[in-house]
Amino acid sequence: MPTRIFGEPIKRAEDPRLLTGRGRYTDDIDLPGQLHVAFLRSPLAHARIRSIDVSAAREMPGVVTVWTYADIGPCQRRMPLLIPHPDLTHPYTRYALAKDEVNHVGEPVAMVIAESRYLAEDAVEAIVVEWEELPPVVDIERAVQPGAPLVHEELGTNVAAHYVGIVGDPEGAFSRAAHVFRERLIIERSAGMPIETRAIVAVWNDVEGVLEVWDTTQAPIVIRNALAALFGLAPTQVRVIAPDVGGGFGCKIMVYPEEVLVPYAALTLRRPIKWTEDRLEHFVGTNHERLQIHDAEIAVDAEGRILGIRDRFLHDAGAYTPYGIIVPIITACQLPGPYKVPNYHVEFRAVYSNTVPVSPYRGAGRPHAAFVMERLLDRVADELGLDRAEVRRRNFIQPHEFPYDVGLIFQDGAPTRYDSGNYPGMLDLLLQQMDYDRLVREELPRLRAEGRFVGVGIACYVEGTGIGPYEGATVRVEPTGQVYVATGMPQQGQAHKTVLAQIVAEELQVPVGSVQVFEGDTAHFQFGSGTYASRSAVVCGSAVALAARKVREQGLQLAAEELEVAVEDLVVEDGRVYVRGAPERGFTWAQLAQLANPLRYAYAGDLVVRPRPWTGPTLPPGKQPSLEATEYYSPPHATWASGAVGMLVEVDIETGQLHIRKLWVVHDCGKMINPMVVEGQVHGGIAQGIGGAFYEKLHYDDNGQLLNASFMDFLMPTAMEIPRMEIAHQETPSPLNPLGVKGVGEAGAIPMPAVVAAAVEDALRPFGVRITRMPLDPDQLWRMTHPESS
Amino acid sequence: MTAVGTERRVIRVVVNGVPYEREVEARLLLSDFLRHELGLTGTHVGCEHGVCGACTVLFDGEPVRSCLFLAVQADGHAIETVEGLAPSESELHPLQLAFWEKHGLQCGYCTPGMLMVLKAFLAEHPNPTEEEIREAISGNLCRCTGYQNIVEAALSAAQLMRQS
Repeated sequence: MPTRIFGEPIKRAEDPRLLTGRGRYTDDIDLPGQLHVAFLRSPLAHARIRSIDVSAAREMPGVVTVWTYADIGPCQRRMPLLIPHPDLTHPYTRYALAKDEVNHVGEPVAMVIAESRYLAEDAVEAIVVEWEELPPVVDIERAVQPGAPLVHEELGTNVAAHYVGIVGDPEGAFSRAAHVFRERLIIERSAGMPIETRAIVAVWNDVEGVLEVWDTTQAPIVIRNALAALFGLAPTQVRVIAPDVGGGFGCKIMVYPEEVLVPYAALTLRRPIKWTEDRLEHFVGTNHERLQIHDAEIAVDAEGRILGIRDRFLHDAGAYTPYGIIVPIITACQLPGPYKVPNYHVEFRAVYSNTVPVSPYRGAGRPHAAFVMERLLDRVADELGLDRAEVRRRNFIQPHEFPYDVGLIFQDGAPTRYDSGNYPGMLDLLLQQMDYDRLVREELPRLRAEGRFVGVGIACYVEGTGIGPYEGATVRVEPTGQVYVATGMPQQGQAHKTVLAQIVAEELQVPVGSVQVFEGDTAHFQFGSGTYASRSAVVCGSAVALAARKVREQGLQLAAEELEVAVEDLVVEDGRVYVRGAPERGFTWAQLAQLANPLRYAYAGDLVVRPRPWTGPTLPPGKQPSLEATEYYSPPHATWASGAVGMLVEVDIETGQLHIRKLWVVHDCGKMINPMVVEGQVHGGIAQGIGGAFYEKLHYDDNGQLLNASFMDFLMPTAMEIPRMEIAHQETPSPLNPLGVKGVGEAGAIPMPAVVAAAVEDALRPFGVRITRMPLDPDQLWRMTHPESS
Repeated sequence: MTAVGTERRVIRVVVNGVPYEREVEARLLLSDFLRHELGLTGTHVGCEHGVCGACTVLFDGEPVRSCLFLAVQADGHAIETVEGLAPSESELHPLQLAFWEKHGLQCGYCTPGMLMVLKAFLAEHPNPTEEEIREAISGNLCRCTGYQNIVEAALSAAQLMRQS
């Protein structure tokens, strides 16, 4: 019997190094002769630069040079627009160092390069800038009013993009509806906030003629391509390595100013250069996400079945749009969630503000979408006197209705087409796990009778995962018995080295420990885009599987020739290829790799190769000297994961504090490669989602100053705030890819604002409050429960 | 202009049992000293204002945030970092074993701080409850795991240590 490796909770290959302090994160790299960078960043949200005087800074001890826009050569070009879109009619990207205007607090203005970071920061203090303040644009609702001050004067508008998506006949649906309910729903600004900030180390390797860059990026190939283009180097002359990366959550995929400036300094000064972001810089220099203001309405029939939805929303783009309008596009496409919405009008404006730019953060527009949809359904249930679970059940897409077309074009340009799922089954599993009927009929009334403010919420969601364009992988069996795997996707903790090894080990039936995965280094793999959009397992995993299957075929073919049997008579088991029923007649994978290579030198004592009579070239045309394959996988469109969560909360109305008493999760990401890793991903997403529902909000004041740019003031949940999670899995394989897998990276984050809102609203029914804004906080809850005091 | 704290002092510290003597700037953070002067990069820096706990080391056995200490304050003291946790090259500490077994880490960045805090905590609380563990690590932020498997790992490590 073949050994099952795919699907097993195998311990991670990554861990022994990381547990013993032998990880290598970018800031861990210190090169001989290394110089250090510190940036002067704008203290103002919107201003013109009248003059910059760096002369005193240049004279400071240990300072090698100080650069402003005038000094940065090829980096004077505008930063790239990474993802254009036809509706992004007014894109705007920045300069790596501000040219004559700054558009948010934190924008890099000047760059000091010195013998130590301490000295570089000393010199930053000595730079003198004369500013001409411009009116800051912070409130996006005001920003779209006529006559509002403009973030970018030359655009003539603050509206970067105006998108309209229409499915069916929304106007007709609303005109014939039994009921129409409207809500204004707001999700505030937040950020991914990995515990490792960004960092870059760059050095020009003069021996090889290669620019070497270590970067905390989620997309080293993208950075490599950008640097090669910018500096006129061949791509092979730029090597970008994402070593161990301490969390990403979206904000580390970008081409940031520092990512071109630090390598440029290495090229120019011919010294290793390092920059490590400090936490304050991270708050004001690394992209944010989340703020959207939705005016949504739902039309239902008398039984609560959805006839149509209309949603118009404003999306805060921040000061620039380097990542296009991916986030609001995802919101628009995913808003219907697991429900049938036959008539749908969605419309958004992406609006510039003088704040940190917005790009995807775990969830990437989906928590907003789920919040809107689930709030609308809760409203329908409450207004029609239906159970909230029942309303969902009445509106689910049914298992026989796949593939199901939502009717809009998704973020990757492909149709928003759900490939598979079982949403009623998912909800049933959740309700069973919650013991829902007993909870609602017995437990809640009992607790409420004790004077406790307890409530239950449920929320369902889908997640488009595993989008293109493509990823690739090389798999090679080494003559020493190890299996080499290389991909272009780096990880930030998602266990790629383990799960990709499991895929290969399953195909070749070799020990998982013999599979060595190389990732995140452009010297190992040249093509691909990066780790984002919950796509690694789907897109990269599929490419790895295809390459491993090809290697398996090569091994079978070779063994068949050597053993003079048919391929069909061979089995692959126990790390060997042998004749069925005659295990002694066969080869190990190492032996097959040796056989494949006519250049036969080795120390190995078990060489199987016999001298052979001459029959022509040792490597005939079409043959390769290895068991090796490189394959690419390009999905036809996204594959759709789904989930349902339930929550029991209690609100302490004296303090406004929220206590999550129970949290149940059902998750469906198709086939699981490693359930332990899947659960870890769900746990982490949920914790961030809880953060976004009750703790984490970036507060800008009217002047565009970020008021809570520290961990003292921007509160992320600790172990005390995150409850124990009970997870159940449903496996609905994806028909789209060779593994049947769907992505899981962002899943947990998506439903949390929706479910917290539902549960808190249920807990506060005696006060008749409606939860329409996320995140909540103790102050808001206290005000809701003490209306007389506010 | 000379910045404050640039005068240099000689300090003697013992880190993971190894004595070091170094001349350092008075303003050098202990975290930077460990990482960039001694090359002990297992201690990570997440916020440099004493909140995230990633830089936690043991200072004469007590957990402290090395980003809030100056290297000169460590003069004459013993420091223990994650590099000193495993009993030998070939063995792991029960906490390390448990974190591996229970999937108590993802990106690994907060992990050294978690391990060092828990080492000190379990030394005083060999049989902790889940709630006590959650409180013990509440000064350490993790952005990947949702803490559940860290808590599991700590419970498991406590059990391993009681048995040994």
